Amino acid sequence: MKQYFSELFTGGMSLVEGLGVTMKALFMPIVTVQYPREEIDISPSFRGHIDLILDPEKNSYRCITCGMCEKNCPSNCITVKGEKLEGQKKKSLVLFDLDFTKCSLCGTCVEICPVNALEYSKEYNLAAFSREAFHYDILKRLEERIK
Amino acid sequence: MLESEYQEQNRFFLNMGPQHPSTHGVLLIVLEMNGEYVLDPQPVLGFIHRMHEKMGESRPCPGFMPNTGRMDYVCALPYNHGYVSLIERKAGIEVPERAEYIRVITSELNRIASHLLWLGAYLLDLGAFTPILYGFDDREHILDILESVTGSRLTYSYYRFGGVCQDIDEKFVERTRAFIKRLRKRYGIYEKLVTKNIIFIKRTENIGIVSPDMALRYGMTGPNLRGSGISYDIRKNEPYSVYPEFDFEVPVGRQGDCLDRYMVRVREIEQCLRIIEQALDRLPEGPIRSKVPKNIKLSPGDCNFAVEAARGELSYYLIGDGTSTPYRLKVRVPSYSNLSCLPELGRGILLPDLVSILGSFDLVIPEIDR
Repeated sequence: MKQYFSELFTGGMSLVEGLGVTMKALFMPIVTVQYPREEIDISPSFRGHIDLILDPEKNSYRCITCGMCEKNCPSNCITVKGEKLEGQKKKSLVLFDLDFTKCSLCGTCVEICPVNALEYSKEYNLAAFSREAFHYDILKRLEERIK
Repeated sequence: MLESEYQEQNRFFLNMGPQHPSTHGVLLIVLEMNGEYVLDPQPVLGFIHRMHEKMGESRPCPGFMPNTGRMDYVCALPYNHGYVSLIERKAGIEVPERAEYIRVITSELNRIASHLLWLGAYLLDLGAFTPILYGFDDREHILDILESVTGSRLTYSYYRFGGVCQDIDEKFVERTRAFIKRLRKRYGIYEKLVTKNIIFIKRTENIGIVSPDMALRYGMTGPNLRGSGISYDIRKNEPYSVYPEFDFEVPVGRQGDCLDRYMVRVREIEQCLRIIEQALDRLPEGPIRSKVPKNIKLSPGDCNFAVEAARGELSYYLIGDGTSTPYRLKVRVPSYSNLSCLPELGRGILLPDLVSILGSFDLVIPEIDR
């Protein structure tokens, strides 16, 4: 009988102690961020989907259309096409398509690129109504940035 | 009516899952019940089978890197670690010492994050809502630290053959040290909130006792095995990377009930912190990546590599055939063996106790189904 009551007492006290912790938390600074209204800065090394780097010297891309990224992508989500345009010695990029629905953000393409032409974008608010919306034409995105 | 007939009539089947909150994923357990008592729980697997092993066999070996983290998304870095170490052993690639230290630090941080998430989720299963919020608060700090160096928050693919892809800087070291200090201060909160709580103790003590013999029979590993009192940790028993250089203990439980498994994990957090502290103190300078051939050829023959993931022994087995694509890749995951003792353990217990046992095993279903 005595043991029963002592257990009841220590058990009850343990609950009160636990409640004390939560009471304390009531007066501690808030750690949650009200997301759509507040935003936190993203880490500089954040890996978003890939983007072409804008070379300030050429005011254009650095890509030489070698296709290394396309070949080494484990998910086969990159399509690169280069064509020899008239009056130019080197091939120029006509299509750089990323199927982001398949991409697993491993970063192989960025690392393998021999001329360092790719970077990670910082976009993370990604939502759309159709699958096709995630087929990014990266060349077009770069051209828009140049404008 | 005879007693046995009455019993027979009261038998019924209950599907627990695949959408049940306490199975933490898509695990179905078909329960044969008699009233509130479970007679025969049978796990049904395969709802989230994604043929990871086959994917590993159908592409050159660097392409499997992102898959490894996705098998166990809660504790992805040890999975990366096992795979890169396997290929390094197979192809004879040397790893710079600094890279190994970085691997150990980040892996241990990830292990703590996994244990904190488990702690919160387990108590959520038992009906306590508050601890998960404290657990997530602490875990968020780890994810921020890891994001600053790896670039993502869950599926890192941070390690590369022959090193890691990004060096850690002074700021990383500083933040990690601050985090260690912070987490040590928070032990008191967890103790008051959970460990001493009478309801928690009543729900876990003497529930789901796994005897050492039974644990060995089913091939259980990790904190579940250590909870049964057997001191077996790959980091100690079959050391890899730079683990032999660190001084840490392997916490073991007494009788193998849910409370022991809980205590082992909580004490393991402190040991992880100790490893990280020592690694930060001794962090050597130097390169983070060695020179690796562009096309890694996997010589004919087999190769195995085991690491200690947060849930137990994770072992990769590979057979090469001279090309860069593995001929066979087998992944031995800890949760599969840990779950397999459930039919024996769950016979004749109350349904709420089954939830408590399932939670205490720390199952990650994508890892089981692969």
